[in-house]
Amino acid sequence: MAERTRKRLPIASIIATIPLMIEAVGVYVVGIGISVYFSFTDTVIFPSYKFIGLAQYERLWNTDVWLTAIRNIWVFGGLSIAANLIFGYLLAVFMDQRIKQEDLLRTIFLYPFAMSLIVTGLVWQWVLDPNYGLNATMHGLGWANFYFSPLNDASMAIYGLVVAGIWQGAGVTMAILLAGLRGVDGEIWKAARVDGIPTWRTYLFIALPMMRGAVATAVVLQCIGVLRVYDLIVAMTGAGPGNATMMPAVYVLQLLTDRQNVAQGMAAATTMLLPVLLGMIAIALYRRFAGKAVTA
Amino acid sequence: MTTMAPTLAATGRVDGEPFGLRPRSVTIGRVGIYAFLIISAIFFLIPLYVMVITSLKGMPEILAGNVLSLPQSPTIQPWIDAWLHACTGRDCSGLSPGFFNSVKITVPAVIVSIGIASLTGYALSFWSYKGANVLFGILVFGAFVPYQVVVYPIILGLRTVHLFSSLPGIIIVHTIFGMPVLVLLFRNFYAGLPIELFKAARVDGASFWQTFFYIMLPMSLPITVVALILQVTGIWNDFLFGVIYAGRANWPMTVQLQNMVHTTQGVPAYDINMAATIITAAVPLIIYFVSGRWFVRGIAAGAVKG
Repeated sequence: MAERTRKRLPIASIIATIPLMIEAVGVYVVGIGISVYFSFTDTVIFPSYKFIGLAQYERLWNTDVWLTAIRNIWVFGGLSIAANLIFGYLLAVFMDQRIKQEDLLRTIFLYPFAMSLIVTGLVWQWVLDPNYGLNATMHGLGWANFYFSPLNDASMAIYGLVVAGIWQGAGVTMAILLAGLRGVDGEIWKAARVDGIPTWRTYLFIALPMMRGAVATAVVLQCIGVLRVYDLIVAMTGAGPGNATMMPAVYVLQLLTDRQNVAQGMAAATTMLLPVLLGMIAIALYRRFAGKAVTA
Repeated sequence: MTTMAPTLAATGRVDGEPFGLRPRSVTIGRVGIYAFLIISAIFFLIPLYVMVITSLKGMPEILAGNVLSLPQSPTIQPWIDAWLHACTGRDCSGLSPGFFNSVKITVPAVIVSIGIASLTGYALSFWSYKGANVLFGILVFGAFVPYQVVVYPIILGLRTVHLFSSLPGIIIVHTIFGMPVLVLLFRNFYAGLPIELFKAARVDGASFWQTFFYIMLPMSLPITVVALILQVTGIWNDFLFGVIYAGRANWPMTVQLQNMVHTTQGVPAYDINMAATIITAAVPLIIYFVSGRWFVRGIAAGAVKG
C-alpha cells in the first residue's frame, strides 16, 4: 500500500472520503462516546448532563430482567452456535460426498438465511403454536394426549428460539465450512487415504484443523448474530412469556422506547460493547503471539 | 480479515472435485448419506411448505384439518386480503403500503450506500493519505459494534438535522450501517486490481475522478453485483432500523407485517398472516433463487463483516 501513497496530499481523495470521515468519527467515535457518557448520567428521556458515576450500572446489574437477558444470551448463544457448527459441519461433510443434486440441496439449506428474521420468527411461532402447528397436527393424527407448546412455557421458550436459530443459521455455516473444506489442499486428502486413515477421522482431525479460517469466520458471524438478536425475539416470543426470553439487545431498545430510561439503556448498551472489545483484543493478542493470521 | 474473500471465493482444490471417494455402488453408507441430507432438507422445507399450503386454505379448513394436508379447495383470497385488506390496527389497507415503503427505502439506500462505498474503497486503495487507514480501521471496528450502542446518538444526530422519523433519515441510517462491510468489500476488490492499470491511467493524464468513472467503476461490476445482493436483501429484511428511524408513515414491510400479525384479536387469521409473510419474504427469496452462487459470494462477503 505504501507505494500507492502520494507524497502530495490528494485533495480529491480527501473530498471523496468525507462520508468515511463523518461516519468513522461522527458515529463510531463521537457516537459511542455519547452513549458511554450518557450511561454515567441520570438521563431519562431528554439528555441530562448530571454525572452520577456508576449508579446506572449498579442498578442494571440489580435488575432481574437484565440478569435474565444475560442468562438467556448465554443459553441461546451457546446452544445455537454449538448446534449450528455441528449440524453445519455434518451437512458440509455429507455434501462433500459426490452427491447428486448438490446445488439443489445447497439452495434448500440456505434459503432461510435469505429471509428476514421477522419472517423466521413468525414461521416458527406458528409451527410451535399449540392451536395450529405441530401440536394440532399430532392431535389430528390421533395423539390426543400429545402436548408440546414450548413458547408458552417460560422454561422452554428459549429452546424454541434455538430451533429457529438453527433453521436460520445452519445453512450459512454449512456454506462457509464447505467452502473451507474445498479450500483444503487435495494432496492432504490423498496422503490421508494412502495412510489408511478412516474418512471420518480425516474430516475431524485433519481437514477441520486446516480450515481454521472458515471455522473462525462461521463462529464470529454467529457470535455477532447472537449479540444482535432482536428481530427473532420480537417476532417469535415478544421476549415472553413474561420476560423469559428477554435478550440484551431487546432490553436496550425497550429501555429507550417503552421504558423510557435512556441512561439505563446506554449502560446496558455499553455493557454489550464490552465482549466485542474483549474479543477484538483477544484476537489481536492471539495474532501477535501465535504469529499466525486468524481470519476473523 | 482481508484474507477471507479469496479463501471463500476459491471453490477448491485443483480439479474442483468433492473430497469423497467416488461411489462404487449403492452401499449402506451412501443410503445413510442421502437419508441424512433428505431428512435435513425436509426440516428446512417444512415451514415453507406449511406456510404456502396454509395461505391457500380457507380458515374453516385450517381450524378443522391437518396442518400438513394439501388444501381441498385452494383459494387465493388470503393473498388478496393480505395485500389489500388486512388490518394493521385500525388501518385496513393490507400490506401494499408497507411494500411500497420498503421499495422507497431500499432503492435509494442501496444506490447511495454502494455509490459512496465504491468511491471510498477506490480512494482508500489508490489515493491513500496519512490518517486514511486509521479512519478505515475505525470503520471496520464499526462492523462489530452492536447496533444498540449507536442507536441513541444517531437519533440525537438525526433530530438535530430534523431528519428523524423520515424517509431520508432511514436512508441515511441504512447507508451508515452498510458502509463498513461495503467499503471493506470495495477496498479489497480495488486493492486486488493490477496497479499498472492505475499507473497507466495516471500517465495518460486521467484525474482522480476520471480514473474512477472511466476505468475503475466499469471494472468493479462483479463486486458491485455482490454488494447489490447483499444490500437489497439486507435492507429489505431490516426491521430494527425501520421501526426506530423510518417513522410510522414510512414503516417498511417487515414492521407492518409484525404489527399486522401481532395485533390480531380473537382467532388469528392464519391464512392471511401466512400469505402476508410469504409476500414479505418474496423479494429476497426471488433474489436468492435467481442469483444462486452470487448470493453465496454475497454471504462470504458478509462474512467478512464477522
